[in-house]
Amino acid sequence: MKISIIDREGNKHILEADNNSTLMEVIRDKGLDIEAACGGCCACATCHVYISDKWLNKLKQKDDEEESMLDQAFDVKNNSRLSCQIELSEELDGLELELAPE
Amino acid sequence: MNEKTDVIIIGAGPVGLFAIFELGLLNISCHVIDNLDKPGGQCAELYPDKPIYDIPSRISITGQELTNDLIAQAKPFKPVYHLNQQVQKITKLETNEWLVETSINKKIQSKCLVIAGGAGSFVPRKIPLQNIDHLEGKNIFYSIRDKSKFKGGKLLIAGGGDSALDWTNELSKIADVTLIHRRKEFKAAPDSVSKMLKLEKEKKIIFSIGQIQNIEELKNEKIKVIVKNDKEAKNYEVDFLLPFFGLKMELGPIADWGLNLDKNLIKVDTEKFETSEPSIFAIGDINIYPGKLKLILSGFHEAALMAQECFKYCFPDKKNVFRYTTSSKDLHKKLNST
Repeated sequence: MKISIIDREGNKHILEADNNSTLMEVIRDKGLDIEAACGGCCACATCHVYISDKWLNKLKQKDDEEESMLDQAFDVKNNSRLSCQIELSEELDGLELELAPE
Repeated sequence: MNEKTDVIIIGAGPVGLFAIFELGLLNISCHVIDNLDKPGGQCAELYPDKPIYDIPSRISITGQELTNDLIAQAKPFKPVYHLNQQVQKITKLETNEWLVETSINKKIQSKCLVIAGGAGSFVPRKIPLQNIDHLEGKNIFYSIRDKSKFKGGKLLIAGGGDSALDWTNELSKIADVTLIHRRKEFKAAPDSVSKMLKLEKEKKIIFSIGQIQNIEELKNEKIKVIVKNDKEAKNYEVDFLLPFFGLKMELGPIADWGLNLDKNLIKVDTEKFETSEPSIFAIGDINIYPGKLKLILSGFHEAALMAQECFKYCFPDKKNVFRYTTSSKDLHKKLNST
């Protein structure tokens, strides 16, 4: 499956992803600039991304823990998510998103 | 006179705490320095309530439980903790010892340094806007050491956690406080939230939903903070802005100590976990070597091997006799005496 990511400079990257990973792991392992300080246990807010509107409803809704962790992020929008909480699956092939500012 | 010890451990996370124990087994005394207000590092700060499943023999243990047990395990060796301070500078003395100076001007001397700094020191997360650095310490404060500074002032506090709510409640007694947060739910303790809502009802503070969009410096020593929500943008002209967006990790001054680094990680050998500088060791998440895995259990192993080498620096004339804890009478005396 592929996902499409716009980095903070506005460049578009098409990444090959496998569906056993979280979105954060794919972004991190392909070397894009994402801090993901806590390593994926929803304990920081440094893997913040904006999901494109047309994909937003296809994701599992965020839980309370993710919502409160987003309090530590900046420029939080309606389409803000923590990428470590998004598990990839075939239905998400083609997912489009943007990295939030640091 | 500077304080003196055998080894200074920089970082009181799980690996730094276990290093106290491993060094203690070899009669090496330690001081431990950490920028947080408590030992435990990421385990205590980021995930105190989350389970860890790969600590040998512990089927499941939370970050805080692991921290508590490591502190208890190290206690017989009487470590001295220096919390709430960051190591700023290290200097090699003529005696080949190290002099360490911290951010609150504490000076400690030791024969070896052990850097167990994890992903760096925890420091407040700053607002990612350009050109506001110079306002820090003047109009913008990420932590509060002296609240009298804000007396009678107009304050904007931002955030929804304990710090934001506690300071809103406290500073409302001496200043004109507005709290902003991105939503109406708060992560802070329910008790602080109800106190804040009561103050709001009594019109002693203002609470408004929104996020900081921009900050402008004004000529009258004040700043203009532009706050936006779904409906509108509002301007707040205030003396002080206190943003509380949690903590982040930063390598900090370690980067300037002349050690061989690889992408902000300290290169070490895998026999002694010593850095490019003799008598400085690096263990845990902060080091790098071929095959490195960032696991707590790897850090524990690194601490044990590091301690063997530290012994040579601390007691150059003594022979280190390898003993198991199960059979060492000396050790039993020490552990039972507390």
